[in-house]
Amino acid sequence: MKQFYQLLISHFKEIIREPSVIFWGIVFPILMAWGLGIAFTQKPGLTGNIVFIANTSKADILPKTLSSKLNLNKTFSKGQTCYKFNYADKKSGKVELNFYPKTWDEANLMLKKGETSLVIDFKNNNPAFYFDRMNQEAQLLFIHTSGLLEKGPAYFTNLNTHAEPLTLAGTRYVDFLIPGLLGMGIMMSCMWGLSYSLIEKRSKKLLRRMVATPMNKTVFLTSLFTARFTMNIVEAIILVIFAYFYFGLHIQGGIFALILLLTAGNAAFSGLAVLISSRTANPEVGNGLINAIVTPMMVLSGVFFSYHSFPDWIINIIRPLPLTMLNDGVRAVFNEGAGLSETILPTIILIAEGFIFFIAGLKLFKWY
Amino acid sequence: MATDDRKILEVKNVKKHFKTVKAVDGVDLHIEKGEYLALLGPNGAGKTTLVEMIEGIQHPDEGEIILQGKHWKGHKEELHHIIGLSLQETRFIDKLTTYETGMLFASFYKLGSKRVNEIIELVGLSEKRNAYVVNLSGGQRQRLALGIALLNKPQILLLDEPTTGLDPNARREIWNILQNLKNEINTSLILTTHYMEEAEVLCDRIVIMDHGKILSQGSMEQIIRLNNFYEIVDFSLHKAPAASWNLQPNTDMCIEWNPEKLSGRLYVKKVQEDMPELFELLNRHNVSINQFNYRKATLDDVFTTLTGRHLNEQES
Repeated sequence: MKQFYQLLISHFKEIIREPSVIFWGIVFPILMAWGLGIAFTQKPGLTGNIVFIANTSKADILPKTLSSKLNLNKTFSKGQTCYKFNYADKKSGKVELNFYPKTWDEANLMLKKGETSLVIDFKNNNPAFYFDRMNQEAQLLFIHTSGLLEKGPAYFTNLNTHAEPLTLAGTRYVDFLIPGLLGMGIMMSCMWGLSYSLIEKRSKKLLRRMVATPMNKTVFLTSLFTARFTMNIVEAIILVIFAYFYFGLHIQGGIFALILLLTAGNAAFSGLAVLISSRTANPEVGNGLINAIVTPMMVLSGVFFSYHSFPDWIINIIRPLPLTMLNDGVRAVFNEGAGLSETILPTIILIAEGFIFFIAGLKLFKWY
Repeated sequence: MATDDRKILEVKNVKKHFKTVKAVDGVDLHIEKGEYLALLGPNGAGKTTLVEMIEGIQHPDEGEIILQGKHWKGHKEELHHIIGLSLQETRFIDKLTTYETGMLFASFYKLGSKRVNEIIELVGLSEKRNAYVVNLSGGQRQRLALGIALLNKPQILLLDEPTTGLDPNARREIWNILQNLKNEINTSLILTTHYMEEAEVLCDRIVIMDHGKILSQGSMEQIIRLNNFYEIVDFSLHKAPAASWNLQPNTDMCIEWNPEKLSGRLYVKKVQEDMPELFELLNRHNVSINQFNYRKATLDDVFTTLTGRHLNEQES
């Protein structure tokens, strides 16, 4: 017991006394939630840069089709002439379109740099639209702009007759994001925190020194897990509290199911961390191993965006990944009101995975 | 048997092979209670492997290692309690203080802050009690490592190059601690080192190892006498003596002559008794002496002749 207590407080001190740990573990996820949450909730309804072809970029003459349908404000900034169209209503949000007069050469350059995605040529007053058909944003810009050019601002009023904005809780981007950040936080903290701590202790020969004492190896590992688990729970609680007050995020499902699921996630990634760090004493090798595990899951497992737009065969690979199971489960509790009956299966699978990884890791584990 | 009771460690014909290398090749060794033993040898001599087998983290391919009458197998828990060790280089947790590091390791032996404070005092780190380990100097870290090794009042202490890389002052501080320890408690010590002086100052008995074998062992005087080294005279001459020059040594004298450099080395038992003979010979040939250096033989001389290498030499 004395051993466990001393090991536990040593691990805690080791974590807490490294200022960057506090930053990356607590401040960074909140900054990310805040930044991404803001970026995606305050985004105007429709915004874009559109180029229309003129003889010179200094062209003062607006094509008739434009000037007759839309009320444009001419501005001049950074050496460019720009005609702005602004529109706002409750249903459309803010619409902001910028029309730039350019020659074809200049327009091509802007397309290449990604500064515009739609080019209009008003030859003979019949607008011809040029854009990348594969680019959904460009498609959207094309549809709305061509509608505007046909009907003027009335286009939006007509468009919105039957459109109702969603205000249901759990459907905003932040509602999607926060559960993903919780899952990712647990993965990162276990993989970097635990693996790195083990590899570093091995490379320092500290593990070797410790096992030359009557220290109990199981107690050592248990204390390491406990310290990390406690930190993870604290980080998760802080993030949820922030999201509750700042974004009004609610946990719609069962708290108990959520706690169990987060615990299971910790177990899965702690086990994986032991497996990853079971042999190498080289922090750089460890670095690579951790990245190889963490990066694919960060991209694929639906932290920042849903994985449902991937092809079916990839989804079949993504679904069983531990982070996917954790994220989907946490999201279901937050947004779909899921309870224990829905989360019990992923919870059990995650715990089982953690257990298997851990046992395999122990079999391979090198203390010196 | 009464004599066996005094033996705290017995190493019997121990062999250990790594793939193609015979790291330890038939070593017999014992150490008595309270005895300080130095294990000398160049890099790659097999010292560390031998020490690791005594520590119980490697197992001999052949032979036996018995600590206090017990093998490692089946007595791990018990034996961990009677040994204390410091590795060549252990780095503790950077952001723990000296005291906290002590407390952590003390908890493994079910010891508390009383013992930790004693140890901090003993290794002279009282001023650095609340300093983070990362901020300690090399010497202070080694003293901390030594303190950690002493927490459990070990019957047998294994120190692997405890002063390598330290400046002379820091080295002396460690020596003082170990010498005080010897006077106060009945710990046995096995020390591996590159430094002759360290072995001479600290240890009752010296074991010279190379290529996994013990080449010579005994007290410093014994080793020197055993290998017929007593006193050494280095000299160089003004000109070469006649071609027929032949110093007929008595049986206790031995000469190495380098005709190109006109220099020689004499190994003698007692310089006073043997020198007149040399001087007379030189006079007879009308040769004058350019340089004449006399010194007592050191362990280094023995070591170099035994292993063909200097202690600090890297194995190529």
